[in-house]
Amino acid sequence: MGEDHHTPGFWRRYVFSIDHKVIGVQYMVTGLTFLMFGFCLIMLMRWQLAYPGEAVPVIGKIFGENNMPGGIMLPEFYNSLGAMHGTIMVFLGVVPILVGGFGNYVLPLQVGAPDMAFPKLNMMSYWVYATGGITMLVGFFVKGGAANSGWTSYPPLSNLATTGQTVWLIGMVFLITSSLLGSVNFIVTVAHLRSDGLSMFRLPFFVWAQLVTSFLLLLAFPPLEAAGVLQLMDRLAGTSFFMPSGLVVSGVPQTVAGGGSPLLWQHLFWFLAHPEVYVLILPALGIVAEIIANNTRKPPWGYRTMVYATIFLGFMSFIVWAHHMFMTGMGTKLSAFFATTTMIISIPSVVILTALLISLYQASIRFTVPMLFALAFLPMFAIGGLTGLPLGLPASDIALHDTYYVIGHFHYVVAPGTIFAIFAGVYYWYPKVTGRMMNATLGKLHFWFSFVFINIVFMPMFWVGLAGVSRRLYDQTVYAHGKAVQDLTITSSWGAWLLGLAQIFFIINFFISIRRGKKVSNNPWDATTLEWAAPSPPPHGNFATVPVVYRGPYEYSVPGQDKDFLPQHIAAEA
Amino acid sequence: MSSETLPYTVKPHPVTAMYSGKFGTWLFLASEVMLFGALFSSYVLLRVGAPAEGPGHWLSHHETHLSWKIGGFNTLVLIISSVTMVMAWASLKMGSLQKARLYLIITAVLAVLFVIIKLSLEYIPHIKDGLVPSHSNFFALYYTMTGLHALHIIGGVVVIAYFIGPGAKLYHKDPEYYTNRIECTGLYWHFVDLVWIFLFPVLYLL
Amino acid sequence: MAEAHDISKHIKLYIGVFIALAVFTVITVLASTIEAGIATHVVVALVIACIKGGLVAAIFMHLKWEKTAVLWLVFGICAILFVVLMAIPSLTVNDLPPQAHMGTWG
Repeated sequence: MGEDHHTPGFWRRYVFSIDHKVIGVQYMVTGLTFLMFGFCLIMLMRWQLAYPGEAVPVIGKIFGENNMPGGIMLPEFYNSLGAMHGTIMVFLGVVPILVGGFGNYVLPLQVGAPDMAFPKLNMMSYWVYATGGITMLVGFFVKGGAANSGWTSYPPLSNLATTGQTVWLIGMVFLITSSLLGSVNFIVTVAHLRSDGLSMFRLPFFVWAQLVTSFLLLLAFPPLEAAGVLQLMDRLAGTSFFMPSGLVVSGVPQTVAGGGSPLLWQHLFWFLAHPEVYVLILPALGIVAEIIANNTRKPPWGYRTMVYATIFLGFMSFIVWAHHMFMTGMGTKLSAFFATTTMIISIPSVVILTALLISLYQASIRFTVPMLFALAFLPMFAIGGLTGLPLGLPASDIALHDTYYVIGHFHYVVAPGTIFAIFAGVYYWYPKVTGRMMNATLGKLHFWFSFVFINIVFMPMFWVGLAGVSRRLYDQTVYAHGKAVQDLTITSSWGAWLLGLAQIFFIINFFISIRRGKKVSNNPWDATTLEWAAPSPPPHGNFATVPVVYRGPYEYSVPGQDKDFLPQHIAAEA
Repeated sequence: MSSETLPYTVKPHPVTAMYSGKFGTWLFLASEVMLFGALFSSYVLLRVGAPAEGPGHWLSHHETHLSWKIGGFNTLVLIISSVTMVMAWASLKMGSLQKARLYLIITAVLAVLFVIIKLSLEYIPHIKDGLVPSHSNFFALYYTMTGLHALHIIGGVVVIAYFIGPGAKLYHKDPEYYTNRIECTGLYWHFVDLVWIFLFPVLYLL
Repeated sequence: MAEAHDISKHIKLYIGVFIALAVFTVITVLASTIEAGIATHVVVALVIACIKGGLVAAIFMHLKWEKTAVLWLVFGICAILFVVLMAIPSLTVNDLPPQAHMGTWG
């Protein structure tokens, strides 16, 4: 219908491309860059935590007199770093990598489609995300610095905060819009673009994970967008959605209409932010499942069970949110309701984890670099999940809420959990994207050093939290109970810096392998799913002929076959 | 990507019984339900928690100065625009781009009328009387909810204007594809009408 | 999709629905003038709004003629979440000891 066949120009091919693979790489590179930046923020903060009031060596002076006079971090700057670290890691790093990066690149290939259902919308999603990301960074340069009321932006503090908070809210509106557009795309792609023979229960678990994740994003994000609008109204139009009557700040009574509720923000925020944590973990579980199946050379145990557990998890994730609010004075009936739903939601997570563990039984394990990260993910996610249980019960949460115990808990799930899954996915799909393998030796060094150091960072935090040290503290040593565990805090800091150094192996490997990596064919891992049927890298349109699917996604070690894997798209031999 | 390389851009899929654009539009509308739902939820929370009298009390009808006549008239304006919107789609199904264009123009005009009435007969007089968003939680919600709704109307008008103007070229290239896009625009438009059907009684009558 | 003659039958239906919507709008305004407790007013207003909304969804948005379980699934989930979102925040916030008020500090 009048399509030109000349090659599009540079801008159409690499910048405003509507090809899901280019967009996937854009998301991946942008996301990894933000991840590194967010990590640098916390590495800076960890100096102040370990050596409060001391000037940061070497680089301390570059942050300017407003933020770090004489190289010593000001509390306001500390707060900005903290709020932005959380925001950047979650919204600019992990989710764009998992959904925008891996999801965009791999999902259409795994369903045998030439692209996403709405390629132009896909391109828009990326650029709206990039705009939101830049907006967030602009916050650092406005008067008063970036947002500094935590990534959770609780009012009244956030209502009264400096301009950076308004910038944060605007940034969030962009990011949420990007997510919503993306989630529509994913759901329609899975519903409509599966190739012949690819029924829902022949889909790789990775696709199921992305599908449920997309529903979470679609339905949970809008209330936060609404909350953002309400907070913008409070800050810019002087409304009192979140401002109660009678509030006095530094001796000054607030001249607002009043009658508002800070808890309203918390409800709307956590209505998203709880499903958001399942957005952080589900695609990661999907990646790990793919890699475990591939490197155990057998089908994962309980594929259908894992799918049903994922769907149940997705639904439950919407009705547990107020377990973040146990300490707000909720009545016992509602606390009991949320504690119950929270305990119930641990079941599907355990089911999925157990299924993956059982999958290792009697397997021929290949200890490739992706597999190392995928294997490490399992106990790390287990620790993260188990340490969440006392937080989900109101009685024990009284002692642990807002302490370092919470930080330890959620970082175990996201850092040695999700981020390890991200590394696993990068090492696994890099050959598909670039046509070359990453270096295995550098990969193993990256893995072992990261694994050791990441535990050194986060394990002590459980004890620091149990000792009663609050989160978001600029200097815990002003308290006796904080001073008593300062050695643990110093340990975490050194772990973080060494962890940072360990990433150099990955960064070098990532860039050098583009030119120097071993060249590969379609299917270097001897895998079964459809993305390995396409060339490495796939051309525009992905498949020369649309693949027909004859079997499930994990036909490894099928008795009677001469190879230990049977790809989905190969017609059965007689 | 043209409509030939991706399947189901025009033909409906056997399982969902819709073409991709329609399914996508419905999913987007589900997210919009949650967006306005959050605002309605805020309304419930703030109103139920407001003290019976004194500072922060919920405004009575008399205090809101909201006219059910203006609101009711605007309701009818939007309902008529929904009829003309669906008539535009029906005209395309019956093969007449000209009639469809006429109906689309009427829809857009009615929408603009809605916004003008809102601004000139409601917002501006209220602001002159000091009934601004910061006046009370009622007005904070009133301006936010109707304001967001009005932004959705303006967005819809932009899309409709595009399909009246430059977008109409698509009808000559692929009439079914164009008709489907009008259908999706219509779905969005009816949804905006639906939101107002709930906003009107909640803000003007309760 | 429907044939041209089916569509012309639909046009009568569209006009009919419009009239119904206009009538219900009048009814809802009149109902609000009748003396009753706030709870009654809320229920009546919401019921009428749901009827009007239902007509728009079924006829203007063609749901009556869509043969899809998938949409029921999506909006079923959406409806449940909508109810949760309506009910729970105000339940938690207003379940406070007698002296405390939600919108006041201290």
